[in-house]
Amino acid sequence: MKTFDYRRADSPAAAVGAAAAARTRYIAGGTNLLDLMKLQIETPERLVDINRLDLHDVEDVADGGLRIGALVPNSDLAAHPAVRERYPLLSSALLAGASGQLRNKATTGGNLLQRTRCYYFYDTATRCNKRDPGSGCSAREGVNRILAVLGTSDQCIASHPSDMAVAMRALEATIVTLTPAGATRRLAIGELYRLPGDTPHIETVLEPGELITHVELPPPPPGRQLYRKVRDRASYAFALVSVAGAVAVEAGEIRAARLAFGGIGTMPWRDPAVEAALIGQAPGRPAFEAAADALLRDARGHGSNDFKLPLARRTLVACLAELTRETGR
Amino acid sequence: MRIRINGDTHEVDVDVRTSLLDLLREHLGLTGSKKGCDHGQCGACTVLINGRRINSCLTLAVMHDDDEIVTIEGLGSPAALHPLQAAFVRHDGFQCGYCTPGQICSAVGMLDEVAKGWPSLVSEPGTDAVALTDEEIRERMSGNLCRCSAYPNIVDAIRDVAGAGA
Ligand SMILES: Cc1cc2nc3c(=O)[nH]c(=O)nc-3n(C[C@H](O)[C@H](O)[C@H](O)COP(=O)(O)OP(=O)(O)OC[C@H]3O[C@@H](n4cnc5c(N)ncnc54)[C@H](O)[C@@H]3O)c2cc1C
Ligand code: SF4
Ligand code: FES
Ligand code: FES
Repeated sequence: MKTFDYRRADSPAAAVGAAAAARTRYIAGGTNLLDLMKLQIETPERLVDINRLDLHDVEDVADGGLRIGALVPNSDLAAHPAVRERYPLLSSALLAGASGQLRNKATTGGNLLQRTRCYYFYDTATRCNKRDPGSGCSAREGVNRILAVLGTSDQCIASHPSDMAVAMRALEATIVTLTPAGATRRLAIGELYRLPGDTPHIETVLEPGELITHVELPPPPPGRQLYRKVRDRASYAFALVSVAGAVAVEAGEIRAARLAFGGIGTMPWRDPAVEAALIGQAPGRPAFEAAADALLRDARGHGSNDFKLPLARRTLVACLAELTRETGR
Repeated sequence: MRIRINGDTHEVDVDVRTSLLDLLREHLGLTGSKKGCDHGQCGACTVLINGRRINSCLTLAVMHDDDEIVTIEGLGSPAALHPLQAAFVRHDGFQCGYCTPGQICSAVGMLDEVAKGWPSLVSEPGTDAVALTDEEIRERMSGNLCRCSAYPNIVDAIRDVAGAGA
């Protein structure tokens, strides 16, 4: 690990001030950043420890939503009564991620900004445009089993690894930040992430030194919720495909649908066409297949991840069946 | 910096890069916590910080001044084993023993999470009282790998203590 200057901030304003220096990173749980620093994939010259900022609370908002401090650990958020009751898909997504120990450390803000698990990104002996811009992408022609089939570019096909962010995308979360200029900024979660395009090393629209302070959830969507994660092991593995869904059925018709996807996109994925294919339709195979067609219309495999196309289809169809299943009365 | 470990206060002078695990093992001679992967993947380095289980390889020592750390050395002694240590011996919950300190610290933290009613991925939604089935134990302990695959006996040991204590 390269050495760095360690600072501890006691207020968001102080944190942003300390982060004004070049090559600074905030450290929250440290579970992604330190992993990458040990491999010298991240080489910050300054670390600003934000753990003592007063951003550890989950609060009810008057409109029926929830305001989550950026430092709330993943395990506390998953166990929070309001999350379990009103946003069960978020609780499940958090519990599907990492391990008990990691969730105790991993924070809401850090989870959003965790970096890809692409093997070549981690292997400094290989070419990777994300790690070393302009060097090439070893994954396109290499082992890309875990990588993306949607949102990719010639430069990078890395999948976004977060489970929590997929749930938050389905829940239409807003990311609240403090900018280096001291202003509060609010971003829909879909606006936070950037597609790789020609600059895969730039993953979000955040400015250097911009601090995530909160994540706000609007009131829960109507209907039943679920998060389903398909992976190589039953536990403690990243998603190959995941689906976060909330669907409401009334009088035999799908009235509302929110669907977001993990494992298949270069960012936590949501496509309005998928939801449009369902609204007003009777729950059933034709509507579910149409939704999958919409999701995968531009999807492209790269060899060892080709299986994700049929897997995403089957997972989506199974989730929709579950979400719309009539419960015995 | 000042750090509290197993009830003792230590004044230490460490490089900012030092992980909590390296502080314990290399600076303080507390070699019970093991280094398996050094990347958060195996759980051998699990310790308790203010009662919560974490991977000590993925946190910096400097981030923990004034925190209360408990390692395997602080849970019990050869003369007075912690109930989980005794249960691991009774049930043969290890072969080489390398993962065992992490397994036991993790199980201590895990049982506390269960007592607080924290759900797991396999818990029945909407219930606060967790029924600690074998499936629950396996899911909640999935961050602790065992190369010797002593898993069945590890589950037996934890179930034994949970049944007695809860
Ligand atoms: C073995 C292993 C398995 C895992 N499995 C999963 C899994 O299955 N699913 C999953 O979703 N995740 C998984 N993870 C990843 C884990 O969820 C992330 O490491 C964690 O959420 C990151 O949070 P953190 O607080 O530790 O972030 P840190 O490591 O502290 O920070 C990550 C990044 O975010 C920045 N940052 C942190 N907080 C802020 C803030 N408030 N404002 C601005 N920038 C900030 C940091 O500068 C850094 O760049 C796994 C990790 C490991 C090691
Ligand atoms: S897919 Fe992206 S992260 Fe992986 S090697 Fe290619 S450029 Fe790097
Ligand atoms: S050594 Fe820390 S998890 Fe493996
Ligand atoms: S007993 Fe050998 S690794 Fe678990």
